[in-house]
Amino acid sequence: MVSEDALVEARSLTKVYPPRGSTAEFRAVDGIDFTLQRGESFGLLGPNGAGKSTTMRMIAATSPISGGTLRVLGMDPMRQGPEIRARLGVVTQDDHLDNELTVRENLHIYGRYFGLPRAVIRDRATRLLDFAQLQEKAGDQVETLSGGMRRRLTIARSLINEPDILLLDEPTTGLDPQARHILWDRLFQLKQQGVTLILTTHYMDEAEQLCDRLIVVDHGRIVAQGSPQELITRYATREVLELRFRLDERDIAAEKLGTSVLATGGTDTDGRVELLPDRVLVYTADGESALATVHAMSLTPLTALVRRATLEDVFLKLTGRSLIE
Amino acid sequence: MLRVFGYWVTLYRRTWRGSIVLNVLNPLLFLIGIGAGLGALVDDNAPAQIAGVSYAAFFAPGMLAAAAMQNAFLEGSAGVARAAGFGAYRGATPTPLNPEQLAAGHLLFIAFRVLIASAAFIAVMAAFGLIAGWWVLGALLGATLTGVAFAAPAAAWAVGVRKLRHIDTVFRFVIMPLYMFSGTFFAVSQLPEWIQPVSYLLPLWHGVELCRTLSLGTATITGSCVHIAYLLVLAIGGFLAARVTYRRRLHP
Repeated sequence: MVSEDALVEARSLTKVYPPRGSTAEFRAVDGIDFTLQRGESFGLLGPNGAGKSTTMRMIAATSPISGGTLRVLGMDPMRQGPEIRARLGVVTQDDHLDNELTVRENLHIYGRYFGLPRAVIRDRATRLLDFAQLQEKAGDQVETLSGGMRRRLTIARSLINEPDILLLDEPTTGLDPQARHILWDRLFQLKQQGVTLILTTHYMDEAEQLCDRLIVVDHGRIVAQGSPQELITRYATREVLELRFRLDERDIAAEKLGTSVLATGGTDTDGRVELLPDRVLVYTADGESALATVHAMSLTPLTALVRRATLEDVFLKLTGRSLIE
Repeated sequence: MLRVFGYWVTLYRRTWRGSIVLNVLNPLLFLIGIGAGLGALVDDNAPAQIAGVSYAAFFAPGMLAAAAMQNAFLEGSAGVARAAGFGAYRGATPTPLNPEQLAAGHLLFIAFRVLIASAAFIAVMAAFGLIAGWWVLGALLGATLTGVAFAAPAAAWAVGVRKLRHIDTVFRFVIMPLYMFSGTFFAVSQLPEWIQPVSYLLPLWHGVELCRTLSLGTATITGSCVHIAYLLVLAIGGFLAARVTYRRRLHP
């Protein structure tokens, strides 16, 4: 038996969808390697179509791998799918709850799919409804729940088998800020209890809050991995200076900045200037002194904002700014 | 498989009353409207064409088989396509259940639904005095088998269907014509001679003949065995195909 310290181990993991009708063959995941340790929270970041969900499905043993190797909980997803799925909790993008059934019935049905005895399900459902703050809704039809409640119910449902790993595919997409914060709070609580989380997300603040380690994927390949802080240190600067200029001054300012010491580095080796349609970003270790340099060049920005670099800067640098659809 | 069946029964428990009312009402309307209305016309003018029984007694088991086909096809196609697209199958996919078990459990439930609807139909037939004896219980199983023979291939196909209007098309151009050419309303021997061999190949004809001969008490062992074998091949073949197509759709 393989050691279970590595909960998930992928080597050159590949997924190719064969051509279908007029669609050509598609390499959704193109040889990725990663290892997930017990107790770690792990995030998959990437633009739409980067291969995040496909990777999640392969880990969840609901999509056969096309190449490479994958071990989940020390087992082979191709041969031991049901055994693996019995120990995973999965929160998919669409919640697929049963609208015609009540909140409690949804938990019951799901528990039965795992072959759990009725009494066990009843106990766990009560605890999970508490956890998801849905006690008062237990007898209501799912149809009447708000988006945030549905998500919490989906998470409660995915915990019915007390999983070793919880997989969450874009858990807070489409929720309002209040609902997102409640959900984060619940997920953080799970993490404290030692549940290993794997999540995909578009929201960098979510990744920073919940993940110990991140993989950034693009076009089916890993473009970076590390802790949120490591990624920021490696791929961004400490601070970012955001400048806006009057329209008639913008092009001149852009040109001056683009050839200045701010862009070429100078003392700050990571220095970089990025021109966006509406503003200029200066990546720098020290935003205030960079701003002083700007003023010294006799440029007068309309607004100037110094902020800490975030994961979002890393993400956009690694995966580009063009719209991906 | 039983856990999946359990899910569908849980859903059914919310609607079974209305569903049973429909199950009784449907044959009632047909037997009054066509059996009694059209039947009076037929019985007065051409009694010899239909094996010397009343038209209602002739027509009822045909309708029993055809209704089983229609119910099973709709649940096996639209019901399956919905479950695969955004319904129950999606919710169950991350659990230890395999796609094959989802197929088996759903088909078992469809068989159960057809069995109940057919039992209601036969009860109405009995109330009209249209059955010959206990052999009609064979017709109950025959109708259920007819249903599964349609539901299984339909499910195997529909699990991959992403546009529900394709199901409408098949219903209109495959299922409806089967009603006409399978001896539901009249004996196949009344059709033009060149069509008759085609009728004998149609699955519904086998279902109708099986139910009718059992209901009228004219069944022969050989004949019934042929009909049962034909329908079993469809049911089993459909299920084997569904095992493949379910996995293809749910574990892409």
